[in-house]
Amino acid sequence: MSGLEETSNESSELKEDNDFDVEVEGHVEVDYASDPFRLYMFYRDRKEWADLEPVPQDDGPNPVVKIAYSEKFSDVYDYFRALLKKDERSDRAFALTAEAIELNAANYTVWHYRRVLLQALQKDLREEMRYITDIIEEQPKNYQVWHHRRMVVEWLNDPSEELEFIADILSQDAKNYHAWQHRQWVIQEYKLWDNELEFVEKLLEEDVRNNSVWNQRHFVISHTTGYSSPAILDREVQYCLNQIRKAPHNESAWNYLKGILQDRGMSSHPGLLEQVLELKETHCSPYLLAFLVDCYEDALENNNQKETLNRALEVCEYLAQEKDTIRKEYWLFLQRSLESRFGPSAASGEPLADGTEPPAGQQELS
Amino acid sequence: QTGSFSKEQRQPLPKSICVYIFYHAHALNFWMCIVTKTSVFFTCCMPTLLREQHYQYLKKGLRHLSDSYECLDASRPWLCYWILHSLELLEEPIPAAVASDVCQFLARCQSPTGGFAGGPGQHAHLAPTYAAVNALCIIGTEEAYNVIDREKLLDFLWSVKQPDGSFVMHVGGEVDVRSAYCAASVASLTNILTPKLFEDTPSWILRCQNWEGGLGGVPGLEAHGGYTFCGTAALVILGKEHMLDLKALLRWVVSRQMRFEGGFQGRCNKLVDGCYSFWQAGLLPLLHRAFFKEGESQLSRQRWMFEQQALQEYILLCCQNPAGGLLDKPGKSRDFYHTCYCLSGLSIAQHFGNVDLHHELILGKEENRLAPTHPVYNICPEKVAQALQHFHQLPVPEADQRHGASSADGPSAPAASSGSAEHQS
Repeated sequence: MSGLEETSNESSELKEDNDFDVEVEGHVEVDYASDPFRLYMFYRDRKEWADLEPVPQDDGPNPVVKIAYSEKFSDVYDYFRALLKKDERSDRAFALTAEAIELNAANYTVWHYRRVLLQALQKDLREEMRYITDIIEEQPKNYQVWHHRRMVVEWLNDPSEELEFIADILSQDAKNYHAWQHRQWVIQEYKLWDNELEFVEKLLEEDVRNNSVWNQRHFVISHTTGYSSPAILDREVQYCLNQIRKAPHNESAWNYLKGILQDRGMSSHPGLLEQVLELKETHCSPYLLAFLVDCYEDALENNNQKETLNRALEVCEYLAQEKDTIRKEYWLFLQRSLESRFGPSAASGEPLADGTEPPAGQQELS
Repeated sequence: QTGSFSKEQRQPLPKSICVYIFYHAHALNFWMCIVTKTSVFFTCCMPTLLREQHYQYLKKGLRHLSDSYECLDASRPWLCYWILHSLELLEEPIPAAVASDVCQFLARCQSPTGGFAGGPGQHAHLAPTYAAVNALCIIGTEEAYNVIDREKLLDFLWSVKQPDGSFVMHVGGEVDVRSAYCAASVASLTNILTPKLFEDTPSWILRCQNWEGGLGGVPGLEAHGGYTFCGTAALVILGKEHMLDLKALLRWVVSRQMRFEGGFQGRCNKLVDGCYSFWQAGLLPLLHRAFFKEGESQLSRQRWMFEQQALQEYILLCCQNPAGGLLDKPGKSRDFYHTCYCLSGLSIAQHFGNVDLHHELILGKEENRLAPTHPVYNICPEKVAQALQHFHQLPVPEADQRHGASSADGPSAPAASSGSAEHQS
């Protein structure tokens, strides 16, 4: 996800500059390539706009982070600022917002203004849906475009195109965070749960490692049947184990298995520990071993047995030193923590690993 | 890169990276070959931070940016923050004239109705507000602090507060957990934080923690490093981090470090990215402190619970552009966002502890050492302390009567108890 910086990491459409181009200082030449016949006319030269005085950007006398805007960019935004200042509510303003958006789809001020105009001018929202569909297809990793679509869907009170549209976006990038967010909103808002598990299964068949889909699975089930019924829980556990047999190193499947059991007691599911120990022989992975530690920890919480603790400590050691060394610090911490909580010294007041006395009472991880 | 690491991990990575192989064991006899689109180069594992190159890149960007930055025309306070923070991590001084120019520019980005916008004349938005306040605190002069209209800022925060405890990013905008972090960060630094302002916010953030242990952008969504950082840091500021399932969160975040690359992924089964060096690794100091506050006795006194050396290797060996600037992964372009967060992550990986207990682990030469960064605000700890000290001398502004905190509720909470107790540095 692009986190706070919406256009960089994942989409990386942004290039500050190509490493092998000569860096151009200040103003950039007119891009003849995109307009070879000079068909585009700046707003400053358009007769229909002659009544409006453009408003240049007020960066002050000693600007910082000054962007070398193209002539087209400056021209469009000079006129946008003029419209904003007047609060002009006209068709020409509406048309200009589309140009401003094309130049910078992340300008939320322009989007807001467009929405004001949509309402003030009573624009055709079906047409706006077509517009926003096209924009999202071009720029699917932008916050503003998805938010705008959500507003239009709300105004129309019509989600009928959404699931298909989002499915199309996901077919191009099955992990697009905005797309999943929009999908969850649509489904929850308009109660469109019926076919979503089917959609999830289809996507998991295409890529069982798609963590977004596993999340969607959890979303659908927790909001429909829930995980309380033994039938559902068992179905899900079996589903996980089947996926694990097919792809043992798929962390998502293991995380999901843990995720659905952790609040219900991992060691309480009948026969699960045995099945996992069986899998250890042929389908071992760091994730399986971590799951074992979690089973043992859960067992210890209900019934502190020395043998269980020893097994847990052993697996932690194995993970820390051999099977998952990148997480060595974590596994050693967990090991010390288990020892402290369930080991003999926890009750007897013997010194801890670092030589200090344990505080009165057991130390619990929150 | 959005493709998942869908195949078994021994297969080569896609697109412009042909093969890269990592070993973490013995640094001295480790050679790594990086094949990019255009060149092959070998490097010894005595990695060097390209300080001078990064400095020139940053120094230039603070003044001028090419037209490829048009897409960030609504994020210019971010550019100020990313660049200033990178310079402070590199311990490069900001000339007084430049600092003053930044102050004046950010003043032009401040909205008459409060908060900061992405550029002069634009509407206020929590993200550039966060960035502007951070940038001004990095500068740390009286001029910088005085730019912020605290009364109006409080009005702005109230204007984006939602009944369910969440915040929209801007009036008429979207909700997600970033907004809570941005709001909590600026409110705590400038001492305008009141309990009423963040009423129900912790419980909303908690709903973002999911079955994976991490946090999503809104309740129901996939756990994601950026959002997890924002939610956790916001709760730390509000003193409510213990409400999270910290164990589950810890397990989730440590699992996001890639065993081969050494860097962090943003979500399970996705690719490594240098920026998560901060969003993800930055969680470990927060969790360490949270566990400590809970009375956890088994915490290390020397290391965070992630592989610090491996992260430093990833950043220094794979995320540096030889011409300056840092990046996502080999083959990607440099940008100021990645420069900021790769360096921030490098700092986290180099420095363990706090003011009282400090243990350094610098990979390579001593010259690779960066300044420490505060894991909640991601500006240097001295700047956090200085800002808190400055703004806590000022009274907490009275909220606008039209919003939630009406005087009909009785006397407003005393400034001292509402703000300061919530956010130790």
